[in-house]
Amino acid sequence: MSREMIFKRFERFWHWTQALLIFVLLFTGFNIHGTLDSLKFSTAVQVHTLAAWALIVLWVFAIFWHFTTGEWRQYIPTRNGLFAVIHYYLIGTFTGAEHPYKKTTKAKHNPLQRLAYLFFKLGITPVIWVSGLLYLFYNDWPETVAGAMELETVALVHTGAAFAMMVFIIGHVYMVTMGKTLTSHIKPMITGYENPDDH
Amino acid sequence: MDKRAAITFVCGLLLMGFSGLVSAAADRSPPTADHSKFKALQGPFERAEDVTAACLECHTEAGEQVRGTTHWTWLYEHEETGQTLGKSKVINSFCGMTVTNEPRCTSCHVGYGWEDMNEPPPEADNAVDCLVCHDTTGEYWKFPTLAGHPTYEPREWPKGSGKMVQPPDLANIAQNVGASDRQNCGSCHFYGGGADGVKHGDLDSSLVDPPKHVDVHMSPEGLDFACSDCHTTSGHEVTGSRYQVNARDELGIDVPGHTDLSRASCESCHGMEPHEETKINDHVDKLACQSCHIPAFARGGVATKTWWDWSTAGRLDEDGNPIKELDENGDPSYLSEKGDFRHGENVVPEYAWFNGTVEYTLAGEPLDIDNPPVPINDIQGSADDPDSRIWPFKIMRGKQPFDTELQTLLATHVFGADDTSLWSNFSWEKALQAASDLSGRPYSGEFSFIETTMHWPITHMVAPADDAVRCGSCHQSDSRLAGIGGIYMPGHDRNVWLDRIGWFLVAATLFAVLLHAIARVIFRGRSAK
Repeated sequence: MSREMIFKRFERFWHWTQALLIFVLLFTGFNIHGTLDSLKFSTAVQVHTLAAWALIVLWVFAIFWHFTTGEWRQYIPTRNGLFAVIHYYLIGTFTGAEHPYKKTTKAKHNPLQRLAYLFFKLGITPVIWVSGLLYLFYNDWPETVAGAMELETVALVHTGAAFAMMVFIIGHVYMVTMGKTLTSHIKPMITGYENPDDH
Repeated sequence: MDKRAAITFVCGLLLMGFSGLVSAAADRSPPTADHSKFKALQGPFERAEDVTAACLECHTEAGEQVRGTTHWTWLYEHEETGQTLGKSKVINSFCGMTVTNEPRCTSCHVGYGWEDMNEPPPEADNAVDCLVCHDTTGEYWKFPTLAGHPTYEPREWPKGSGKMVQPPDLANIAQNVGASDRQNCGSCHFYGGGADGVKHGDLDSSLVDPPKHVDVHMSPEGLDFACSDCHTTSGHEVTGSRYQVNARDELGIDVPGHTDLSRASCESCHGMEPHEETKINDHVDKLACQSCHIPAFARGGVATKTWWDWSTAGRLDEDGNPIKELDENGDPSYLSEKGDFRHGENVVPEYAWFNGTVEYTLAGEPLDIDNPPVPINDIQGSADDPDSRIWPFKIMRGKQPFDTELQTLLATHVFGADDTSLWSNFSWEKALQAASDLSGRPYSGEFSFIETTMHWPITHMVAPADDAVRCGSCHQSDSRLAGIGGIYMPGHDRNVWLDRIGWFLVAATLFAVLLHAIARVIFRGRSAK
């Protein structure tokens, strides 16, 4: 069986850069928030802002890539097989059952992954972005915005979304270990290719 | 000296020369007149008024101009509050009121011979004091007890010290007059409250020749500004007011023909967006420049008074002599004349919303005696007020006498070689009664002491930019601005419940993942059997 490219070069670059930026943003963000006290406030703000802009640029490219390649279809949610996958993670994995989903390059995410990533992309991230940009440009709010909400609300939403992001990451990183071997899921995100018998 | 050392030495000299050129940035226009060449100023002058008369021969309008200023009238009509303020009217939490304490207080009047505050200042043309502002020799000194005059005979000061003050050489002083410099303004303004640095906290004798870290503008190592470089004048009227502060300058950089030409605000030179970083400029709508750029006051080695408890004044030693106790820094901690003191150096300011308007609790106005401390002045402004910004203050605290029946602050007759003044007789009963009798102010005869606060806006002793308050000084749990209200400060403010729920969810996810992983390990073991 010939090896098939699961994650293309751009996709891998996007994933790992995004991962790095998100960790930087979480670390600096919780320094700004006051939970951590390991950076000077001004440094934390500068790095946080810089990383945020970098992530935005990355996302602009990623969105462009998703639409031009049609890869966005990978995230269309489906109920077909969803419960089988949930059942597998809750029970099947302990009884030695086979994973019910066979990934193909056309549909490389199982139904649960699709839902999780869709929530990440359409839920958590836009909330972080919009609240973050409002936070950053607080002084330039048009009067209609300034009259409708306060910085405190924006900060609250932004922090809330950061917690959601952490929950996502914990789940995401754990699920990576759920392949045939501990590393068989992470390998294609590094090399691009999956071992034919690993899925 | 080898060749390299010689080159280094020469380069060093050149550099010094250049930096000398650069640091003389506040270029002074050379005077157009050499006053030593004027016949009228040859002297000798017996009295200071004679010098004034000579000045007025050429500067025909100057006397009239000075008599129109607050420096002369000690009156200020407040447009916002309608109060009549000024040094002749207000009470402060230092020596109280000027009334009944002439000629001690009027030693700082820009004139000669104002002996009775119940009367307006003397009207004679030559009663104006030109020299206090225009002496460049440093020899002219208004003697502290002579209602504005220098001494005309050798006189002991401080009293009982044995040090004699010689009469100044008025002719020499008159021939060397010039533009006002820090020393001139400072001869009164640095010594408010009775001694060096006592009153303001951001004005003391260290500003005569300050190192750059004490005041970046006034330091000869920096810009060597005179007071009047910012406190611009017009016809002897000086800009800048502590009664109506320009708390938010919206004119920005002052351009002739476009603005008011008052440079008594940071924005007058630095504009409305003074920082390179946008995020820092985002702060100027809420924060006065001073809040970050004056990290502490009394930084020049002169302590400022922070507590003055008049209620303990009058205690004498066993022999009936006044007591003087010093603290570990050599500043007085107790004086029989004045009571208990506390002093501070490098004092971190307290912060408050301020729109520039200061309302005074004048003598005679009712006090809320059930809720001490009572404010001697009330700074106006709030987070909701678009004219307000967060300003740094020295808050002077202490205890002052008040009328328990009328529930008002009282005038105090502290100074005078008579049989009623507090500083000669150590009796509050006599001093308060005399103050009432002399000033005509009501007094029931019953008094006690009440704790007071007084706000002094901090605006001088601007530090170099590198020494500005760090972002983290406010953006942290133990914030400089803790309790200021009306703003959300990242790093200081947070929603406790959001944090609790957030961390709970994170912990719950970790726990669930851990549980799942353990189960996987256990069941893998079984299936292998």
